[in-house]
Amino acid sequence: MAAHAVVVVGAGQAGFDTACALRSRGFRGRITLIGDEPPGPSYRPPLSKGYLAGTVAAEEIALRPPSFYTEQDIELLPGDRVASLDRERRTVLLESGLRLPYDNLVLATGSRPRTLPVPGASLTGVLSLRGLADAEDLRLRLSGPPRRLVVVGAGFIGLEVAATARGLGHDVTVVEAQPRALARALTPTVSDRIVAEHRERGVRVLLGREVTALFGDAEGRVQVMELDGGERIAADLIVVGVGVLPNIELALAADLLVGDGVVVDAQLRTSDPDIFALGDCARFPSPHAGRHVRVESVQNASDQAKCVAAAICGEPYAYTAVPWFWSEQYALRLQIAGLTAGHDETVTVGDLADGKFSVFCFRGGRLTGVESVNRPADHGIARRLLTAGTDLSPETVREPGFDLKRLPRTPTTPTASPSRTTTQERLSVHA
Amino acid sequence: MAKITYKHPNGTVTIVDVQAPNTVMRGAKLNNVDGIEAQCGGSAQCGTCHVYVDEANTLPLPEMDSVEDDVLYGTACERTEFSRLSCQLPVGDEIDGLLVHLPEAQS
Ligand SMILES: Cc1cc2nc3c(=O)[nH]c(=O)nc-3n(C[C@H](O)[C@H](O)[C@H](O)COP(=O)(O)OP(=O)(O)OC[C@H]3O[C@@H](n4cnc5c(N)ncnc54)[C@H](O)[C@@H]3O)c2cc1C
Ligand code: FES
Repeated sequence: MAAHAVVVVGAGQAGFDTACALRSRGFRGRITLIGDEPPGPSYRPPLSKGYLAGTVAAEEIALRPPSFYTEQDIELLPGDRVASLDRERRTVLLESGLRLPYDNLVLATGSRPRTLPVPGASLTGVLSLRGLADAEDLRLRLSGPPRRLVVVGAGFIGLEVAATARGLGHDVTVVEAQPRALARALTPTVSDRIVAEHRERGVRVLLGREVTALFGDAEGRVQVMELDGGERIAADLIVVGVGVLPNIELALAADLLVGDGVVVDAQLRTSDPDIFALGDCARFPSPHAGRHVRVESVQNASDQAKCVAAAICGEPYAYTAVPWFWSEQYALRLQIAGLTAGHDETVTVGDLADGKFSVFCFRGGRLTGVESVNRPADHGIARRLLTAGTDLSPETVREPGFDLKRLPRTPTTPTASPSRTTTQERLSVHA
Repeated sequence: MAKITYKHPNGTVTIVDVQAPNTVMRGAKLNNVDGIEAQCGGSAQCGTCHVYVDEANTLPLPEMDSVEDDVLYGTACERTEFSRLSCQLPVGDEIDGLLVHLPEAQS
């Protein structure tokens, strides 16, 4: 396989992990990793948490030291962009003018923040948060005297920024158009608890309210936010966290099948079998959701990378890893195992008042996911149960004194190389 | 600075020098030691940095707190009395020579 060349577009979590997983599997061909974010592959989660608060240093954000790329013979081209793909000739053209041939191409282009579709959205002081440069800018602005910060969007990033900024002593307002926070991602039980925590800490949370316009001063710096109904809020700084859009332009221009994300099959192949897509930019068939979904998480990027590397090495398997996600806000340790959207029944275990509880979500009597607040054992055990396909009925969870820690441990199938039978069973059960 | 030894399930041994204030998890990452995933980056959320401290270990390791104890319920491989989260093991001179065994799988 010595002549085999893999070109990875996007040096984020998914692209970086693909390169690593290829080498871990013993792949000896050429690996080129192209990324347009200058510092090279870095880890995003701390950007809205520890890095923003100043407790995590920039060196800790880099996924690996520079020596790693030489040692592993991974050709990293940071600060360059892939401008186009030529599928017929199997080459990519970079903005620097370089043309690279590939045998397999991996699209790991990630996603970018949505902008606010209102007048004034491009004023100075209106920021979004994606990369290290954004986080550095925001951290600098939050490092001085108290500011009036308005966060638009009560999603994970918006709420984490709100929590971090509040912790630094800033005056924080959150405006969310939906009637509750994290409406797409979480059950009302957990989202209500999170909002209550923000309010207890002094954050003003406005739900079911839309931003209609932003106004600035003579120098073009944002000053005022106007909401539906005409209410005005004074702001020195606005962080927009209203979701992301997958970076699909390259795939689109190359005539690959694209929807809300680059459409891939169970092995993460695009409509061109030599090209894979994964991470934030990919729309894949999820046996857990029973349909195609796009997932934005480190787990998804990392586990999909193993699947893509396996396929490139000629040992393909279907991607079935249990999705999981975490968030940290104040002292709330929030963890989600599985997919909780689309449930028809929930059972809450633990104590809502002291902020240690888990919400077990069921669909048709089957466990589909668990949301935990400060109950890490529930989260880990739930992930294991979901991976092994072990069922847990709502009746069992409802029994007085129910405790996941007391369940006998069931062996799990490692997601890195699930057996064919498990995959087949799972796919047909949920198809 | 401490020498940390990572022993893989197939018997391969990797010995690396790790500087304070890193953790046993970051020591593996910085030195390209396979077998530790650390998806949460060290915030005691994921359990994918699970290691078994060598049974004969006498070096002083910090007590496990309740979060680490809880997270260890969710590891992919069986938890034993020697199980720890490598992201919760700080590296300093006092653990020079530590030997940890890597599990078969992390997720
Ligand atoms: C502030 C923040 C906090 C987060 N917190 C968490 C968390 O707590 N837990 C969690 O699980 N997830 C979290 N996430 C989400 C997680 O970071 C992403 O899901 C993950 O990074 C996705 O990886 P990816 O490789 O698909 O995309 P990315 O990491 O975004 O990487 C894609 C890269 O490709 C580059 N690129 C795009 N087009 C081209 C091109 N044509 N040529 C070259 N390069 C290109 C992009 O610039 C980017 O660098 C967070 C994200 C952010 C922004
Ligand atoms: S790195 Fe996630 S628990 Fe240690």
